Amino acid sequence: MTVVSEPIPARKPNVVLQTLNRNRLSWVGVGLLALILLSAIFAPLLAPHDPLQQNILHRLEGPSPEFWLGTDSYGRDVLSRLLYGTRVSLLVGFLSVLIAMTVGSAIGIFAGYVGGMVDQVIMGLVDVMLSFPTLLLGLMVAAMLGASLENLIIAIAITETAPFVRIARAPTISAKRKEYVEAGRALGFSPLRIMGVHILPNILSDIVVVASLWMASAIRTEASLSFIGLGVQPPTPTWGGMIREGFENILSSWWLVVFPSLAILLTVLALNILGDALRDAIDPKLKGES
Amino acid sequence: MTRYIIRRLLAAIPTLLAMLTMVFVLVRLVPGDAAMAMLGDQASEVSLAALRAKLGLDQPIGVQYLAFLRDMLGGNFGVSMSSGRPVLEEVARVLPYTLELTASAILIGAIFGLPLGMVAALRRNAWPDYLSRILSLTGLSFPGFVSGILMLLAFAVYLRWFPVMSTASDNFVDHIRNLALPALNLGLIMTAYITRVTRSSMLNVLGEDYIRTARAKGVPPRRLILRHGLRNALIPVVTVVGLYFGTLIGNSVLVEMVFTRPGLGKLILGALQARDYTLLQGLMVIFASFVILVNILTDLIYAVVDPRVSYS
Repeated sequence: MTVVSEPIPARKPNVVLQTLNRNRLSWVGVGLLALILLSAIFAPLLAPHDPLQQNILHRLEGPSPEFWLGTDSYGRDVLSRLLYGTRVSLLVGFLSVLIAMTVGSAIGIFAGYVGGMVDQVIMGLVDVMLSFPTLLLGLMVAAMLGASLENLIIAIAITETAPFVRIARAPTISAKRKEYVEAGRALGFSPLRIMGVHILPNILSDIVVVASLWMASAIRTEASLSFIGLGVQPPTPTWGGMIREGFENILSSWWLVVFPSLAILLTVLALNILGDALRDAIDPKLKGES
Repeated sequence: MTRYIIRRLLAAIPTLLAMLTMVFVLVRLVPGDAAMAMLGDQASEVSLAALRAKLGLDQPIGVQYLAFLRDMLGGNFGVSMSSGRPVLEEVARVLPYTLELTASAILIGAIFGLPLGMVAALRRNAWPDYLSRILSLTGLSFPGFVSGILMLLAFAVYLRWFPVMSTASDNFVDHIRNLALPALNLGLIMTAYITRVTRSSMLNVLGEDYIRTARAKGVPPRRLILRHGLRNALIPVVTVVGLYFGTLIGNSVLVEMVFTRPGLGKLILGALQARDYTLLQGLMVIFASFVILVNILTDLIYAVVDPRVSYS
């Protein structure tokens, strides 16, 4: 591992803390995210009721001391379902971006390093992928694979791979001309070693920062697909699915749609705030703009 | 300029071919095949084979691919499996609704987003800047259906200013009332995008040497901002509006669902539910071609707005 960390310039490890200290709004993002993460981890402890327990006697009740956020049309506790729903959103968001980031970056580094025709063909394909909007592409893939947790993750990962190819390719092209890469090549290192050990660590921070913005997008897509009915299937609680079910009773029971909506909004907003601050910090063109 | 247009159009051909290939592969990745999807699991082998022959699914994959390319490039998108009407006719029927919605959204976005972004840039790091940045970040974070449902709840269910469900109507006032909430919903998301880009683009431009020179020469502030600043700052804004056009149509799927409005989105969802592969395939091709066309148009507008873009 020591070999991997060597080429990283001294500035980068502190970038996160520096940013957070300079941009006070980003602490709001960190705080929110921590809260959301904790509620996902400790959902079984925090939830006052069983999220799947139906209770016909308490159907469609508004917020009360017993059911803080009310109950749904099966008499299930909205707060408990909301807490458990956090798990699905975060899991899908994190895993799909992780897959998209790994596959996309590998392709991007490869395209940038090899160059020439290979690069042109890959980038042509990436342009085509980008000409389908995330949501529509996700919709098609999810519909074709069938609705399940794994397929949802795959569908979202596919839609978000193309941006990572772009993000990884550009810095690879500039890194390729640096002395340390030339030196590596002169020493007879294999291209795989140069790409993995010498180029990847140098462009990793750029990629990870963008990943936080794409995780926001992934969570938004997950919620949208669940709302359409192509997400994780009931009775598993998901925010988008809760809104879908609550939408049928929107005229009488506002709490069914408002609380999950707020949960989605706050999560995506927290990730966007953080990603935005981090991007400003690593993009030299925007320096001092915070 | 003519040469530039021709070159730009020629450059789109490989993109178009790659897109068609991708749609072809995607549709064939479906578990089972179109014949099975149409007839169901219980269908007999004989009827499956008959339908496969009719759809050309029994041909070698290369032959199918060439036939597909020939049909799509010739504008022959086939007949919808579920309604029996030509795909093109289905699309033409609902396209005006989606175009009306997206065009109003872009208009609303430009009306609110441009001034907000400019004010934010000019009052950088003061309260108008913070306010516009928080608002635009919030706008960016809303999935289209979430903001739509909240607006529906507030303005249609509680305040009763607008109808809960859109209905087709020839009456102009009713028509606008039906359009208002969905358009405002997408428009606010668009406002968020445009505010952001205008702000950062304006900040970049205001830091340029020619602005300092103009100011030193005594150009009045109003003229400086509008003529020298905004005109240059608009270039990235045009690009972004073009780029987000696809996102906007994607979002309109959800918005049409929330507001029960006819349109492309509803057609896509219907095709998915009915497993209507010809319609789905046609929709994907038409849709992606549309995005490619908008990208070309964006490039051309770019060239008009910015005389420095070389046409060669």
